[in-house]
Amino acid sequence: MLSRVADSLYWLSRYLERAEHTARLIDVDVQLRLDQSPDAATARRERLLASLQIPSALAGVVDARTILRTLTFDRETPSSIVSCVASGRENLLQVREQASSEMWEQFNRLYLQVIGSNSDDSWILQSNTFFRAVQEGSFLFQGVTDATMSHGEGWHYLQLGRFLERTELVALLVGTHFSGLQQPSDQPVEGADYLEWVGLLKCCSAFEAYCKVYSAEIRPVRIAEFLLFNPEFPHSISFSVGKVHGALHVIGELTGRKADLPLRIAGRLQATLRFTQIEEILAEGVRPYLDGLRRQCAQAHSAIQQIYFDYPVETAMAAGD
Amino acid sequence: MTAMPSSAEASFPPPFTHYQYDEAYDEMFERPGVPRAHYRTLFRTLLELPAEDLRNSKQAADLSFLHQGITFTVYGNKEGTERIFPNDLLPRIIPYSEWATIERGLTQRITALNLFLNDIYHEGRILSDGVVPRELVYSCKHFRREMRGLIVPRGIYVSVCGTDLVRLPDGQFAVLEDNLRVPSGVSYMLANRKVLKRVFPSLFRDYGVCPIDHYAQALLATLRSQAPVNCPHRGEPSIVLLTPGVSNSAYFEHTFLAQQMGVDLVEGRDLLVHDNVAYMRTTAGLRRVDVIYRRVDDDFLDPLCFRTDSVLGVPGLFNAYRAGNVTLANAIGTGVADDKAMYAYVPAIIRYYLDQDAVLPNIETFLLSETSQRNHVLDHLGDLVVKAVGESGGYGMLIGPHSTVEQREEFRRRILSDPRNYIAQPTLALSRAPCFIEGAVEARHVDLRPYILSGESVTLVPGGLTRVALRRGSLVVNSSQGGGSKDTWVLRE
Repeated sequence: MLSRVADSLYWLSRYLERAEHTARLIDVDVQLRLDQSPDAATARRERLLASLQIPSALAGVVDARTILRTLTFDRETPSSIVSCVASGRENLLQVREQASSEMWEQFNRLYLQVIGSNSDDSWILQSNTFFRAVQEGSFLFQGVTDATMSHGEGWHYLQLGRFLERTELVALLVGTHFSGLQQPSDQPVEGADYLEWVGLLKCCSAFEAYCKVYSAEIRPVRIAEFLLFNPEFPHSISFSVGKVHGALHVIGELTGRKADLPLRIAGRLQATLRFTQIEEILAEGVRPYLDGLRRQCAQAHSAIQQIYFDYPVETAMAAGD
Repeated sequence: MTAMPSSAEASFPPPFTHYQYDEAYDEMFERPGVPRAHYRTLFRTLLELPAEDLRNSKQAADLSFLHQGITFTVYGNKEGTERIFPNDLLPRIIPYSEWATIERGLTQRITALNLFLNDIYHEGRILSDGVVPRELVYSCKHFRREMRGLIVPRGIYVSVCGTDLVRLPDGQFAVLEDNLRVPSGVSYMLANRKVLKRVFPSLFRDYGVCPIDHYAQALLATLRSQAPVNCPHRGEPSIVLLTPGVSNSAYFEHTFLAQQMGVDLVEGRDLLVHDNVAYMRTTAGLRRVDVIYRRVDDDFLDPLCFRTDSVLGVPGLFNAYRAGNVTLANAIGTGVADDKAMYAYVPAIIRYYLDQDAVLPNIETFLLSETSQRNHVLDHLGDLVVKAVGESGGYGMLIGPHSTVEQREEFRRRILSDPRNYIAQPTLALSRAPCFIEGAVEARHVDLRPYILSGESVTLVPGGLTRVALRRGSLVVNSSQGGGSKDTWVLRE
């Protein structure tokens, strides 16, 4: 597979994952506001901006609508939904012949829907429908991809991009949420706090899955345990890291070039997530632990670039053709 | 619209009420209101079908184009640079007997043109014999002296050709121009067919239309047959399609053809040349490339050899080509044979190499480098069409009857300062075909671009791209200038 093509597949998947994530975060935020006092909403909004890595300039803006519009429609904001969907589509456009026609049509439809919406006041009232549509557009694309594209090398780059992005996004989200807390509670929370913790689960589509494991009793420590360690839930960090490892392994077999460093990183993360107790992480602090994890993801990303996408020609020549 | 005899108007039933009928050949009607035999079924269908149904089909077709991203890029227009390629809902129908003539004529023409290119880049017999003026060849900006003496596989310079045909008022098809460099549009031909099969399934079946779906396979076979003689894996040559990239107006087509053929779509930056061998950069390391179906112009192919500022090309590619390690299709330097001044000599070229008369006639062409012809043209600028010889896409053109005094003066100046760069032709009344426009059926001017593949043998898929001048009264069919296209049905024998 062409290096440029692999690179584009990898990125388009990352962009789409980010668009879906941003849409879900805003959607949850808008819903929660309805139940909350204005003060709680402001605190949470700051957290929202921090977990989307929006520069502090915007954090000073109090006007909720401006923030909403920026996160959704501002082309200058790289993690806005429109920017992510447009960048994803641009990457897909570069590799159109590698994707199935169904995939292209689905992505294009999502793109047309996003750029076709405008941010007037009536839109804001209906914004819930919009954020749902973005998430569904992403689900559909993944479904169509799995159903119509060969699960060969290209498909594995899509997987790699999606799950590496997801690992980083969830790590940042959970880390931000826990960063203010000295000692997270192991007791059921109530009242305003209850809403916040449920909000965190919903930001990972994890509320229902959590309830199935731990019942509807909301305890912050259990939330951390679930979002970090659960091996079966597709938005948990452990699950995502496992997918990254799996994709790297198959790509190594298919290309005959093993990605030593990224495989080692993913393998190590997988092992720690599997064999560590949540208490050990609480002792270190959830935020510091997850920051370290994100740094390792960034290292894996650079190494993947150098091994498969952007290697120096001299080394390839020396290896013979 | 100019005044029309009221009797003619009366004889067109709805939805044909505003159908324009005059001296131009009409594809559908033999007389006002009386369809030709091969159009009768379509005519009846249109009379019976509620306009609402057609309008819905049209909407569905447009939406399908948009969702599939069958778009083209308009240069020099910042907003909405991506547009869907306008398509018309009604098929253009051609009886088999007429197609057989076209096929014979185009096969003859491409055979002669390949022999011509091979000759002028080697011994140049046709020039020594004085059939084509040496001066005309060497002054052409698409003539590439780097190609002299270079041997191309099978002597085929033009593997893919798109020739524009028009129908004269007497119903005869004539050649308007040859496109021998990087002709485009074939994906629209295939997309139109896909849509029409869905819109008119039973009409399509009843008509017995020749299929065209095998185009990509035929193209692949043609490219295979062009593999370099010393290619290490001759049975399975590695083929790629080279595109200028995502911002090129025909990018959709490049992705489409690569996908349909199952070959890699590459950009210049994906390729590199080492020791005169071309490679592509893959995740598994470098892989050798044998045949490049390139959709990049000569000028941009190799910055070491042609335009040094090109970032689309591959440094060293020409040397690999010269060494016979990689095939480029089409070859470099084919533009010398589709120069609009050279066009005037094609009937002579056919006679010279094949000892035959041209099956398909040329349009009368005035060469402005010749004094008497030039004077005649300058006296009649208001009646003629003037074209720059090296341009395509409908750019650099003066349509006399539709021009202003200033435009004519501008062209007079341009012609006098560089007569070799221009030719003139009579203004043609292109034939008209019925089109579905805003709920009614109206007549619009059309041409026809069949695609000709030459490899081991010459192959045409029956039909081609019928281009339509969608603006009322317009004669310009180019997509960059408000043209669209429609499906072309060649009926089975």
